[in-house]
Amino acid sequence: MAEFWTSYLWPLIIMVAQSVLLLVILLVAIAYILLADRKIWAAVQIRRGPNVVGPWGLLQSFADLLKFVLKEPTIPAAANKGVFLLAPLVTCVLALAAWAVIPVDIGWVIADINVGILYIFAISSLMVYGVIMAGWASNSKYPFLAALRSAAQMVSYEVSIGFVIITVLLCVGSLRITDIVEAQNTRFGLFGWYWLPLFPMFVVFFVSALAETNRPPFDLVEAESELVAGFMVEYGSTPYMMFMLGEYVAIATMCAMTTILFMGGWLPPIPYPPFTWVPGVVWFVGKAFFVFFMFAMVKAFVPRYRYDQLMRLGWKVFLPLSLAMVAIVAAVLQFAGLAPK
Amino acid sequence: MSELLLDYLPLVVFIAVAIAIGLALLVAPFIVAYQNPDPEKLSAYECGFNAFDDARMKFDVRFYLVAILFIIFDLEVSFLFPWAVAFGQLGPFGFWSMMLFLGVLTIGFIYEWKKGALEWD
Amino acid sequence: MILAALFFYLFAGVCVASAFMVIAAKNPVHSVLFLILAFVSASGLFVLLGAEFLAMILIVVYVGAVAVLFLFVVMMLDVDFAELRQGFLNYLPVGALIGALVLVELLLVVGAWVIGAGVPKTITAPIPPMDAITNTEALGLVLYTRYVYYFQAAGIVLLVAMVGAIVLTLQHRARVKRQDMAAQVRRTKAEAMEVVKVRSGQGLT
Repeated sequence: MAEFWTSYLWPLIIMVAQSVLLLVILLVAIAYILLADRKIWAAVQIRRGPNVVGPWGLLQSFADLLKFVLKEPTIPAAANKGVFLLAPLVTCVLALAAWAVIPVDIGWVIADINVGILYIFAISSLMVYGVIMAGWASNSKYPFLAALRSAAQMVSYEVSIGFVIITVLLCVGSLRITDIVEAQNTRFGLFGWYWLPLFPMFVVFFVSALAETNRPPFDLVEAESELVAGFMVEYGSTPYMMFMLGEYVAIATMCAMTTILFMGGWLPPIPYPPFTWVPGVVWFVGKAFFVFFMFAMVKAFVPRYRYDQLMRLGWKVFLPLSLAMVAIVAAVLQFAGLAPK
Repeated sequence: MSELLLDYLPLVVFIAVAIAIGLALLVAPFIVAYQNPDPEKLSAYECGFNAFDDARMKFDVRFYLVAILFIIFDLEVSFLFPWAVAFGQLGPFGFWSMMLFLGVLTIGFIYEWKKGALEWD
Repeated sequence: MILAALFFYLFAGVCVASAFMVIAAKNPVHSVLFLILAFVSASGLFVLLGAEFLAMILIVVYVGAVAVLFLFVVMMLDVDFAELRQGFLNYLPVGALIGALVLVELLLVVGAWVIGAGVPKTITAPIPPMDAITNTEALGLVLYTRYVYYFQAAGIVLLVAMVGAIVLTLQHRARVKRQDMAAQVRRTKAEAMEVVKVRSGQGLT
């Protein structure tokens, strides 16, 4: 009995505790990212943003949560009930599941699997299901059209993201996320991170991340003037909230991915004291938030794309560019003898 | 073997916890919120009039074309993953082998472009 | 290891059950969703075998891309299934005949299958050993050099698929105005606008 306790139950309890801890921290962080998004957007437009609930509106997101839970949930009479409720669950769970393999510091990760980056790529390719299922199950015109648009959009930018990840992997030689960060650990500090040598790919990844998470200027899914609220028109109460939650968790994942692939993860920008004394998690969160700040600023500044422009950018600009960069990076590594052994 | 599986166990636990949280959120309003459905509330959203018919309809074949092209490029990317990982040990032959593969697909891409399959109208 | 066995039965059970539901479900969209569940549990089985790369690729390619196309097709083709069922009895004899033929062929193939003497031993031990090299790398080391012809053949197949898809589905609508970015950027002030002084009461002729 004691053996069963020590070898099975105790590790399981620890795993559950770690998972719950990470998820709770993540969800609280999302609450404040949402607030930050609204505050940044308000500041650009010289408004105040949410400032009533709690000091400086700090409790706004929690008030929203409470309100969502107390709202009446409706399921349209013509909808497919099972799929209708499955869609927000899938969106939310998939978005959260990506965080199992993201390390915020050396060893600070739930599961450091060999194919970590591929796992995240797989998860992000599944995110399209929430959209399609919601759009179809609602059995209403607007969600249907929005789901079609959104599915084609997410799928188009997925390819460029794949090629960008390949260029980084060429320089690393491993699919393990910890190895990707460690490969950027040089004595040049922030100039040794991949954003500098792979700068075009950094830009492509950032813009594709915007498109992949349906952020403005690529938020054609919910272009208010054309499609009201996109594929989630028929949703209310927490099912709607779970779409929002999934969207923001996906944004946080993309920020973390940009940090890991191009900005050295938890590495300090200058690899000498006193910068090395700061814990890695502080650098990681700081960098991820910087990327998020750029996401928010893009939302505030850039006008929305038209659908044909969006498809053109994905297929005719990013795809050939990233494909060419794969060949160029490989050739440089091959002929300069820089390839990782 | 077991070491590899032990890497994945926390992943399964994590996803299970995420599903639990998601389900809790999904079910909560059905338990605590006040519900008073009526036919108008449960009808599909429309601009002022009742929906004519079922909302699911045929749509442009272009969306299928995008999906098919996506499959092809996705396969291409998945061929690139092991190559990128083993790149340092493959030597020139592996490099040129992949360049030939990419070249063949680039021909397909040029064909697409010239045919106007990437135009969206 | 009992845990691995439990997970094996979980994934295998879900895989078989959802594969059955794929053909049993009335609504074709539910069929595709069950197909996705079957794919996901199959990738769980791959992980249990230690083939993590294949597991992830199965999800990326089959669930993330192929099943999306399937969903597109069955969700939005707007097939009337009640109408389809009406002809069911007429086609039953032909369908049953074809089904029986395929079954016989399958039995012939499986019946004549001889498993080599050394295979059962190697099946459980991946080559090279897993703790020395990750299986993505092991795959990469042979796929592009030793199996180069198969690899290039895959490239040709993809090319044919691409061309085929375009030939079959592409049709251009007439009278569509397209945006030509290069032409827009190339335009100069001189050719794009003209300043006209209009006298009052006369207007432009």
